[in-house]
Amino acid sequence: MVQFKLPKNSQIRVGKTWPKPEGKNIRKFQIYRWSPDDGENPRVDTYFLDLDKCGPMVLDALIKIKNEIDPTLTFRRSCREGICGSCAMNIDGINTLACIYGLDEIKGPVVKINPLPHMPVVKDLIPDLTLFYAQHASIMPWLETKTNRPEKEWRQSIEDRKKLDGLYECVMCASCSTSCPSYWWNSDKYLGPAALLHAYRWIIDSRDEATAERLDGLEDPFKLYRCHTIMNCTRTCPKGLNPAKAIASIKKMMVERQV
Amino acid sequence: MHFQTDRQRAVGKGAAHSGTGHHIFMSVTAVALAFLVPVFVIIFGRTLGAPQEVVIAVFGNPFVAIVTALTIIVGMRHFAKGWQMCIEDYAHGTARGVLVFIGTAISYLVMASVLYALAKFAFLDLILGAMG
Repeated sequence: MVQFKLPKNSQIRVGKTWPKPEGKNIRKFQIYRWSPDDGENPRVDTYFLDLDKCGPMVLDALIKIKNEIDPTLTFRRSCREGICGSCAMNIDGINTLACIYGLDEIKGPVVKINPLPHMPVVKDLIPDLTLFYAQHASIMPWLETKTNRPEKEWRQSIEDRKKLDGLYECVMCASCSTSCPSYWWNSDKYLGPAALLHAYRWIIDSRDEATAERLDGLEDPFKLYRCHTIMNCTRTCPKGLNPAKAIASIKKMMVERQV
Repeated sequence: MHFQTDRQRAVGKGAAHSGTGHHIFMSVTAVALAFLVPVFVIIFGRTLGAPQEVVIAVFGNPFVAIVTALTIIVGMRHFAKGWQMCIEDYAHGTARGVLVFIGTAISYLVMASVLYALAKFAFLDLILGAMG
Protein backbone atom coordinates (compact mmCIF):
# COMPACT_ATOMS: atom_id res chain seq x y z
CA MET A 1 0.00 0.00 0.00
CA VAL A 2 0.96 3.61 -0.37
CA GLN A 3 2.95 4.92 2.60
CA PHE A 4 1.46 8.10 4.01
CA LYS A 5 4.06 8.42 6.78
CA LEU A 6 7.80 8.62 6.37
CA PRO A 7 9.79 5.66 7.74
CA LYS A 8 11.60 6.44 11.01
CA ASN A 9 15.00 6.90 9.37
CA SER A 10 13.55 9.44 6.91
CA GLN A 11 11.75 11.65 9.42
CA ILE A 12 13.10 15.18 9.24
CA ARG A 13 14.61 16.71 12.41
CA VAL A 14 15.56 20.23 13.34
CA GLY A 15 19.14 20.90 12.30
CA LYS A 16 21.80 23.48 12.94
CA THR A 17 21.09 27.21 12.97
CA TRP A 18 23.99 29.18 11.54
CA PRO A 19 24.90 32.65 12.90
CA LYS A 20 22.94 35.64 11.66
CA PRO A 21 25.07 38.24 9.85
CA GLU A 22 24.80 42.01 10.32
CA GLY A 23 22.71 43.84 7.73
CA LYS A 24 19.35 45.40 6.93
CA ASN A 25 18.08 42.98 4.29
CA ILE A 26 18.45 39.63 6.08
CA ARG A 27 16.54 36.62 4.74
CA LYS A 28 16.13 33.27 6.48
CA PHE A 29 16.74 30.00 4.57
CA GLN A 30 15.68 26.54 5.73
CA ILE A 31 17.43 23.87 3.71
CA TYR A 32 17.03 20.08 3.75
CA ARG A 33 20.23 18.27 4.64
CA TRP A 34 21.02 14.57 4.53
CA SER A 35 24.24 12.69 4.08
CA PRO A 36 24.51 8.93 3.47
CA ASP A 37 27.84 8.93 5.30
CA ASP A 38 26.85 9.82 8.88
CA GLY A 39 23.87 7.51 9.45
CA GLU A 40 21.81 10.42 10.80
CA ASN A 41 18.21 11.29 9.95
CA PRO A 42 17.57 14.13 7.51
CA ARG A 43 17.49 17.57 9.11
CA VAL A 44 16.63 21.14 8.17
CA ASP A 45 19.45 23.62 8.66
CA THR A 46 18.77 27.34 9.04
CA TYR A 47 20.94 29.94 7.34
CA PHE A 48 20.72 33.74 7.15
CA LEU A 49 21.89 35.84 4.22
CA ASP A 50 22.15 39.56 3.64
CA LEU A 51 20.34 39.89 0.32
CA ASP A 52 22.10 43.20 -0.36
CA LYS A 53 25.28 41.16 -0.82
CA CYS A 54 23.65 38.30 -2.78
CA GLY A 55 22.47 37.76 -6.36
CA PRO A 56 18.73 37.81 -7.12
CA MET A 57 18.11 34.11 -7.75
CA VAL A 58 17.71 31.20 -5.32
CA LEU A 59 20.76 29.55 -6.89
CA ASP A 60 22.80 32.67 -6.11
CA ALA A 61 21.81 32.29 -2.47
CA LEU A 62 22.72 28.60 -2.43
CA ILE A 63 26.11 29.29 -4.00
CA LYS A 64 26.72 32.07 -1.46
CA ILE A 65 25.83 29.76 1.41
CA LYS A 66 28.14 27.06 0.04
CA ASN A 67 31.01 29.49 -0.60
CA GLU A 68 30.79 31.57 2.56
CA ILE A 69 28.89 29.69 5.28
CA ASP A 70 28.71 25.92 4.84
CA PRO A 71 30.88 24.23 2.19
CA THR A 72 29.26 20.84 2.91
CA LEU A 73 25.94 21.93 1.37
CA THR A 74 25.51 19.82 -1.76
CA PHE A 75 23.44 20.59 -4.85
CA ARG A 76 23.65 20.27 -8.63
CA ARG A 77 24.06 23.33 -10.81
CA SER A 78 25.67 24.14 -14.11
CA CYS A 79 24.37 26.66 -16.66
CA ARG A 80 22.73 29.22 -14.33
CA GLU A 81 20.24 30.18 -17.05
CA GLY A 82 17.54 27.48 -17.14
CA ILE A 83 19.02 25.43 -19.96
CA CYS A 84 20.68 22.45 -18.32
CA GLY A 85 17.96 21.50 -15.80
CA SER A 86 20.53 20.53 -13.16
CA CYS A 87 19.38 22.74 -10.29
CA ALA A 88 15.75 21.50 -10.11
CA MET A 89 14.56 21.44 -6.50
CA ASN A 90 11.51 22.16 -4.40
CA ILE A 91 11.55 25.84 -3.47
CA ASP A 92 8.79 27.20 -1.25
CA GLY A 93 6.65 24.15 -2.13
CA ILE A 94 7.15 24.44 -5.89
CA ASN A 95 9.35 22.23 -8.05
CA THR A 96 11.40 24.60 -10.15
CA LEU A 97 14.89 25.56 -11.28
CA ALA A 98 16.82 27.46 -8.61
CA CYS A 99 18.72 29.43 -11.26
CA ILE A 100 15.64 31.10 -12.76
CA TYR A 101 13.53 31.39 -9.58
CA GLY A 102 13.91 34.82 -8.05
CA LEU A 103 14.17 35.30 -4.29
CA ASP A 104 11.60 38.09 -4.65
CA GLU A 105 9.05 35.54 -5.95
CA ILE A 106 8.95 33.90 -2.51
CA LYS A 107 6.38 35.82 -0.49
CA GLY A 108 6.86 34.31 2.98
CA PRO A 109 9.63 35.36 5.39
CA VAL A 110 11.44 32.01 5.10
CA VAL A 111 12.89 30.43 1.95
CA LYS A 112 12.29 26.68 2.30
CA ILE A 113 14.38 24.49 0.00
CA ASN A 114 13.99 20.73 -0.32
CA PRO A 115 15.09 18.14 -2.90
CA LEU A 116 12.58 17.12 -5.59
CA PRO A 117 9.83 15.19 -3.78
CA HIS A 118 9.36 11.44 -3.69
CA MET A 119 12.75 10.57 -5.17
CA PRO A 120 15.58 8.77 -3.40
CA VAL A 121 18.08 11.35 -2.13
CA VAL A 122 21.76 10.96 -2.97
CA LYS A 123 22.82 13.81 -0.69
CA ASP A 124 21.23 17.08 0.51
CA LEU A 125 19.41 18.59 -2.51
CA ILE A 126 20.49 15.93 -5.02
CA PRO A 127 17.85 13.38 -5.98
CA ASP A 128 18.64 10.06 -7.66
CA LEU A 129 17.34 10.44 -11.23
CA THR A 130 18.66 7.20 -12.73
CA LEU A 131 15.19 5.63 -13.16
CA PHE A 132 13.86 8.91 -14.54
CA TYR A 133 16.61 8.96 -17.20
CA ALA A 134 16.08 5.26 -17.98
CA GLN A 135 12.36 5.93 -18.52
CA HIS A 136 13.32 8.73 -20.91
CA ALA A 137 15.64 6.35 -22.79
CA SER A 138 12.87 3.74 -23.00
CA ILE A 139 10.70 5.96 -25.20
CA MET A 140 13.45 6.00 -27.88
CA PRO A 141 14.19 9.74 -27.85
CA TRP A 142 15.73 9.79 -31.30
CA LEU A 143 14.61 9.90 -34.93
CA GLU A 144 13.61 6.42 -36.16
CA THR A 145 13.47 5.97 -39.93
CA LYS A 146 13.05 3.03 -42.30
CA THR A 147 13.30 4.84 -45.61
CA ASN A 148 16.80 4.98 -47.07
CA ARG A 149 18.77 7.91 -45.77
CA PRO A 150 18.40 10.93 -48.10
CA GLU A 151 21.46 12.41 -49.76
CA LYS A 152 21.11 15.60 -47.75
CA GLU A 153 18.94 16.21 -44.66
CA TRP A 154 15.51 14.75 -43.71
CA ARG A 155 13.18 17.46 -44.94
CA GLN A 156 10.44 19.03 -42.84
CA SER A 157 7.93 21.75 -43.69
CA ILE A 158 7.71 24.91 -41.62
CA GLU A 159 4.22 23.88 -40.45
CA ASP A 160 5.45 20.45 -39.32
CA ARG A 161 8.42 22.00 -37.54
CA LYS A 162 6.06 24.30 -35.65
CA LYS A 163 4.37 21.24 -34.13
CA LEU A 164 7.54 20.61 -32.13
CA ASP A 165 7.37 23.99 -30.41
CA GLY A 166 6.49 23.61 -26.75
CA LEU A 167 7.95 20.10 -26.78
CA TYR A 168 11.63 20.23 -27.75
CA GLU A 169 12.37 22.89 -25.11
CA CYS A 170 12.09 20.38 -22.25
CA VAL A 171 15.39 20.25 -20.33
CA MET A 172 14.60 17.05 -18.41
CA CYS A 173 14.81 18.73 -15.03
CA ALA A 174 12.23 16.29 -13.57
CA SER A 175 10.20 19.06 -11.92
CA CYS A 176 7.02 17.86 -13.64
CA SER A 177 7.39 14.13 -12.98
CA THR A 178 8.22 14.67 -9.32
CA SER A 179 5.18 16.92 -8.87
CA CYS A 180 2.82 14.24 -10.21
CA PRO A 181 0.98 12.13 -7.59
CA SER A 182 0.56 9.31 -10.11
CA TYR A 183 4.34 9.27 -10.56
CA TRP A 184 4.85 9.34 -6.79
CA TRP A 185 2.73 6.22 -6.24
CA ASN A 186 3.66 4.27 -9.40
CA SER A 187 6.99 5.55 -10.67
CA ASP A 188 8.08 1.95 -11.34
CA LYS A 189 5.39 1.58 -14.02
CA TYR A 190 4.13 5.03 -15.02
CA LEU A 191 6.52 6.86 -17.37
CA GLY A 192 5.68 10.29 -15.95
CA PRO A 193 5.00 13.61 -17.70
CA ALA A 194 8.57 14.33 -18.82
CA ALA A 195 9.10 11.01 -20.62
CA LEU A 196 5.61 11.22 -22.16
CA LEU A 197 6.20 14.78 -23.37
CA HIS A 198 9.37 13.57 -25.06
CA ALA A 199 7.51 10.55 -26.45
CA TYR A 200 4.96 12.89 -28.03
CA ARG A 201 7.75 15.09 -29.37
CA TRP A 202 8.95 12.10 -31.48
CA ILE A 203 5.46 10.78 -32.29
CA ILE A 204 4.46 14.13 -33.77
CA ASP A 205 7.75 14.63 -35.66
CA SER A 206 6.86 14.43 -39.37
CA ARG A 207 10.24 12.86 -40.19
CA ASP A 208 9.85 9.96 -37.77
CA GLU A 209 8.66 6.62 -39.22
CA ALA A 210 8.11 4.68 -36.00
CA THR A 211 4.81 6.25 -34.91
CA ALA A 212 3.02 2.90 -34.75
CA GLU A 213 5.78 1.25 -32.68
CA ARG A 214 5.94 4.28 -30.39
CA LEU A 215 2.17 4.20 -29.79
CA ASP A 216 2.29 0.41 -29.30
CA GLY A 217 4.97 0.85 -26.67
CA LEU A 218 2.90 3.37 -24.76
CA GLU A 219 -0.46 1.60 -24.86
CA ASP A 220 -0.54 0.37 -21.32
CA PRO A 221 -2.78 1.03 -18.28
CA PHE A 222 0.27 2.24 -16.36
CA LYS A 223 2.87 3.62 -18.79
CA LEU A 224 0.41 6.16 -20.25
CA TYR A 225 -3.02 5.88 -18.70
CA ARG A 226 -1.87 6.47 -15.11
CA CYS A 227 -2.09 10.17 -16.04
CA HIS A 228 -5.33 11.45 -14.52
CA THR A 229 -4.92 14.99 -15.86
CA ILE A 230 -4.10 16.38 -12.43
CA MET A 231 -2.12 19.13 -14.22
CA ASN A 232 0.55 19.58 -11.53
CA CYS A 233 3.13 19.01 -14.28
CA THR A 234 1.91 21.93 -16.36
CA ARG A 235 1.55 24.17 -13.33
CA THR A 236 5.08 23.55 -12.11
CA CYS A 237 7.09 23.36 -15.37
CA PRO A 238 9.81 26.04 -15.01
CA LYS A 239 10.04 26.29 -18.81
CA GLY A 240 6.31 27.00 -19.17
CA LEU A 241 5.63 23.81 -21.15
CA ASN A 242 2.42 21.78 -21.08
CA PRO A 243 3.14 18.05 -20.55
CA ALA A 244 -0.53 17.38 -19.70
CA LYS A 245 -1.56 18.56 -23.16
CA ALA A 246 1.08 16.34 -24.78
CA ILE A 247 -0.21 13.34 -22.81
CA ALA A 248 -3.81 14.17 -23.79
CA SER A 249 -2.68 14.34 -27.43
CA ILE A 250 -1.14 10.86 -27.16
CA LYS A 251 -4.39 9.54 -25.65
CA LYS A 252 -6.32 11.15 -28.51
CA MET A 253 -4.08 9.41 -31.06
CA MET A 254 -4.64 6.10 -29.23
CA VAL A 255 -8.42 6.57 -29.48
CA GLU A 256 -8.16 7.55 -33.16
CA ARG A 257 -6.37 4.25 -33.85
CA GLN A 258 -9.34 2.34 -32.46
CA VAL A 259 -12.44 4.21 -33.58
CA MET B 1 19.82 -10.43 -3.89
CA HIS B 2 18.24 -9.28 -7.15
CA PHE B 3 20.25 -7.09 -9.50
CA GLN B 4 18.41 -5.15 -12.16
CA THR B 5 19.57 -2.35 -14.42
CA ASP B 6 17.64 0.91 -14.46
CA ARG B 7 16.66 0.28 -18.08
CA GLN B 8 15.18 -3.11 -17.06
CA ARG B 9 13.23 -1.39 -14.30
CA ALA B 10 11.96 1.28 -16.67
CA VAL B 11 10.82 -1.18 -19.35
CA GLY B 12 9.46 -3.77 -16.93
CA LYS B 13 7.40 -6.44 -18.67
CA GLY B 14 6.68 -4.09 -21.58
CA ALA B 15 3.43 -2.52 -22.70
CA ALA B 16 0.23 -4.46 -22.07
CA HIS B 17 -1.28 -3.15 -25.34
CA SER B 18 -4.49 -2.33 -23.51
CA GLY B 19 -5.88 0.65 -21.68
CA THR B 20 -7.36 2.58 -24.60
CA GLY B 21 -10.55 0.51 -24.37
CA HIS B 22 -10.78 1.39 -20.68
CA HIS B 23 -10.20 5.07 -21.51
CA ILE B 24 -12.91 5.09 -24.21
CA PHE B 25 -15.34 3.19 -21.95
CA MET B 26 -14.88 5.67 -19.08
CA SER B 27 -15.31 8.67 -21.41
CA VAL B 28 -18.45 7.28 -23.08
CA THR B 29 -20.10 6.16 -19.83
CA ALA B 30 -19.29 9.53 -18.20
CA VAL B 31 -21.21 11.31 -20.98
CA ALA B 32 -24.08 8.81 -20.73
CA LEU B 33 -24.29 9.26 -16.96
CA ALA B 34 -24.41 13.05 -17.36
CA PHE B 35 -27.83 12.53 -19.00
CA LEU B 36 -29.05 9.44 -17.12
CA VAL B 37 -28.31 10.50 -13.54
CA PRO B 38 -30.37 13.74 -13.51
CA VAL B 39 -33.39 11.91 -15.01
CA PHE B 40 -33.02 9.08 -12.50
CA VAL B 41 -32.64 11.48 -9.57
CA ILE B 42 -35.85 13.31 -10.55
CA ILE B 43 -37.77 10.02 -10.85
CA PHE B 44 -36.34 8.64 -7.62
CA GLY B 45 -36.89 11.93 -5.77
CA ARG B 46 -40.55 12.07 -6.76
CA THR B 47 -41.21 8.56 -5.42
CA LEU B 48 -39.45 9.11 -2.11
CA GLY B 49 -41.98 8.70 0.70
CA ALA B 50 -44.77 7.68 -1.70
CA PRO B 51 -47.01 4.67 -0.91
CA GLN B 52 -45.76 1.28 -2.09
CA GLU B 53 -48.43 0.95 -4.82
CA VAL B 54 -47.37 4.29 -6.33
CA VAL B 55 -43.67 3.31 -6.30
CA ILE B 56 -44.47 -0.03 -7.95
CA ALA B 57 -46.60 1.73 -10.57
CA VAL B 58 -43.89 4.31 -11.33
CA PHE B 59 -41.08 1.77 -11.66
CA GLY B 60 -43.39 -0.56 -13.60
CA ASN B 61 -43.55 2.08 -16.33
CA PRO B 62 -41.32 0.89 -19.23
CA PHE B 63 -39.58 4.29 -19.68
CA VAL B 64 -38.79 4.61 -15.96
CA ALA B 65 -37.69 0.97 -15.73
CA ILE B 66 -35.35 1.32 -18.73
CA VAL B 67 -33.85 4.60 -17.46
CA THR B 68 -33.33 3.05 -14.02
CA ALA B 69 -31.79 -0.11 -15.46
CA LEU B 70 -29.47 1.88 -17.72
CA THR B 71 -28.44 4.19 -14.88
CA ILE B 72 -27.56 1.28 -12.64
CA ILE B 73 -25.81 -0.83 -15.31
CA VAL B 74 -23.81 2.06 -16.79
CA GLY B 75 -23.22 3.62 -13.36
CA MET B 76 -22.03 0.41 -11.74
CA ARG B 77 -19.70 -0.50 -14.62
CA HIS B 78 -18.34 3.06 -14.51
CA PHE B 79 -17.93 2.72 -10.74
CA ALA B 80 -16.14 -0.64 -11.03
CA LYS B 81 -13.65 0.59 -13.61
CA GLY B 82 -13.13 3.88 -11.74
CA TRP B 83 -12.61 1.94 -8.52
CA GLN B 84 -10.06 -0.25 -10.34
CA MET B 85 -8.11 2.86 -11.42
CA CYS B 86 -8.24 4.26 -7.91
CA ILE B 87 -7.03 1.00 -6.35
CA GLU B 88 -4.26 0.62 -8.94
CA ASP B 89 -3.08 4.10 -7.96
CA TYR B 90 -2.80 3.49 -4.24
CA ALA B 91 -2.59 -0.26 -3.56
CA HIS B 92 0.15 -2.64 -4.60
CA GLY B 93 0.73 -6.41 -4.63
CA THR B 94 -1.95 -8.82 -3.47
CA ALA B 95 -4.06 -6.05 -1.91
CA ARG B 96 -4.48 -4.51 -5.36
CA GLY B 97 -6.01 -7.66 -6.89
CA VAL B 98 -8.24 -8.38 -3.88
CA LEU B 99 -9.62 -4.81 -3.72
CA VAL B 100 -10.29 -4.69 -7.47
CA PHE B 101 -12.13 -8.02 -7.17
CA ILE B 102 -14.23 -6.70 -4.26
CA GLY B 103 -15.20 -3.53 -6.15
CA THR B 104 -16.15 -5.48 -9.28
CA ALA B 105 -18.17 -7.99 -7.24
CA ILE B 106 -20.05 -5.17 -5.47
CA SER B 107 -20.92 -3.57 -8.80
CA TYR B 108 -22.37 -6.82 -10.19
CA LEU B 109 -24.24 -7.47 -6.93
CA VAL B 110 -25.89 -4.03 -7.04
CA MET B 111 -26.74 -4.45 -10.72
CA ALA B 112 -28.30 -7.88 -10.15
CA SER B 113 -30.32 -6.65 -7.14
CA VAL B 114 -31.72 -3.62 -8.97
CA LEU B 115 -32.54 -5.57 -12.13
CA TYR B 116 -34.29 -8.23 -10.00
CA ALA B 117 -36.33 -5.51 -8.24
CA LEU B 118 -37.27 -3.87 -11.55
CA ALA B 119 -38.30 -7.20 -13.03
CA LYS B 120 -40.39 -7.87 -9.96
CA PHE B 121 -42.11 -4.46 -10.30
CA ALA B 122 -42.73 -4.98 -14.01
CA PHE B 123 -44.09 -8.48 -13.74
CA LEU B 124 -45.78 -8.20 -10.32
CA ASP B 125 -49.25 -8.35 -11.83
CA LEU B 126 -48.34 -11.45 -13.83
CA ILE B 127 -46.84 -13.11 -10.75
CA LEU B 128 -49.85 -12.33 -8.58
CA GLY B 129 -52.19 -13.50 -11.37
CA ALA B 130 -50.34 -16.81 -11.71
CA MET B 131 -50.57 -17.32 -7.94
CA GLY B 132 -54.35 -16.83 -8.16
